[in-house]
Amino acid sequence: MARHEFLMPSLGADMEAGTLVAWNVMPGDAVKRGQVVAVVETQKGAIDVEIWQDGRIEKLVVEPGEKVPVGAVLATLIAEGESAPAAVVPEKAVAVAAPQPAVARPQPAAIPARFRISPAARKLAEELGVNVDALTPAAADGVIGRADVERAAQAAKAGAPPKPGDWQSQMRKAIAAAMAKSKREIPHYYLGTGIEMTRALAWLERENAARPVTARMLYAVLLIKAVALALREVPELNGFWIDGAFQPGPGIHVGMAVAMRGGGLVAPAIHDADTKSLAQLMDDLRDLITRVRGGRLKSSEMADPTITLTSLGDLGVETVYGVIYPPQVALVGFGRIGEQPWAENGVVACRRVVTATLAGDHRASDGHRGAVFLAAVNRLLQEPEKLQ
Amino acid sequence: MTARTREEIRAIVIDTLAAIAPEVDFATIAADKPLREQVDIDSFDFLNAIIRLHEKLGVEIPEADYGQLATLDGTVDYLAKKCSSAV
Repeated sequence: MARHEFLMPSLGADMEAGTLVAWNVMPGDAVKRGQVVAVVETQKGAIDVEIWQDGRIEKLVVEPGEKVPVGAVLATLIAEGESAPAAVVPEKAVAVAAPQPAVARPQPAAIPARFRISPAARKLAEELGVNVDALTPAAADGVIGRADVERAAQAAKAGAPPKPGDWQSQMRKAIAAAMAKSKREIPHYYLGTGIEMTRALAWLERENAARPVTARMLYAVLLIKAVALALREVPELNGFWIDGAFQPGPGIHVGMAVAMRGGGLVAPAIHDADTKSLAQLMDDLRDLITRVRGGRLKSSEMADPTITLTSLGDLGVETVYGVIYPPQVALVGFGRIGEQPWAENGVVACRRVVTATLAGDHRASDGHRGAVFLAAVNRLLQEPEKLQ
Repeated sequence: MTARTREEIRAIVIDTLAAIAPEVDFATIAADKPLREQVDIDSFDFLNAIIRLHEKLGVEIPEADYGQLATLDGTVDYLAKKCSSAV
């Protein structure tokens, strides 16, 4: 009779802890694999956390407002068809001290003492831009209430130095940690090539002309599909470098670097991109960007991209020199698509060209394989009708 | 299809962009300069703006015409023409 534990997920190599914001389920509720059961606040904003086990919630171990390390037990559940064990496991055995985060890194000197906060107070704090981590409750019950938030907001207004947006400074820290780790540990190699896009864009323009405006596709989906299919040919670029060895990705989950308004970025995954149609990829991309900029991402999207794709062409840059997001082993970059003189078969013509680059982890792959990958991306983009 | 004045169209365009880029002060936008850089919108935001304008104004905006939407003035001109010819 198995009891399963639902743990605080790791939503990226840079995450050490998360704050449980809300439960979407109650003890006794049936849950299905993939269901969003909780909301967790991380350095990258609030994330919908999915559960990966069918069953029934037995006990919610962590209460809203609590900040716990990655790997801590958030809840226990009983698998379907099993009944709850008669003997209740003592509280302590369930809520054991959380395991250390998997990433071996010095712990921050001081983890702020955690207080609980009422949902109303949290909402107010968000509205007023008050950093809830810095709050202490006035009441003896140790719970931060609306009054505490209001007091802090007033104090801030009364001339305390304005703090940078908490969320933004947190995200900055998360990016700093991940990128410093990348540059410290990953021996990057860089390759780049010009890819002739005339055929692909002409095909897309024809395709879009026949579609209603709401179903128009961006050329980014062609790039996603070509990258995903090319990774089938060069799988050593798709996966993770963990504990001194390459681990292939369980699927081709392309992390799309999406800039956020006001700074920062996240790179959530489009799952199994190699198996999806262009229309499906466009739907996924639209859904993802919309949620990055206005809603909420899911834990699986944050946790498991197997490669990152970044397209900075909108800003007019020609070439992207990528920094790999650990523990991934490659980042593919695309610049702007611009007209260039293009020599082919002894003739110079004006063509639309994009520069594709690969930043590869030299521990996991070599330049030769990286070159094979970029050549495959190029080849695939020359036959856009086959990317459908 | 109701005929719309240029002022109405301008207001609708600005409303649409403001929903995408709430931090931008549209009073400071140079109406004859490239819009996308000033409002910092990417191709995804741009496509969304086109969809919203299509919904609000009932006009078709083919991809081939995107070039005419480079500036705020150009966008208003283009949509005004479309709105009047679509009556």
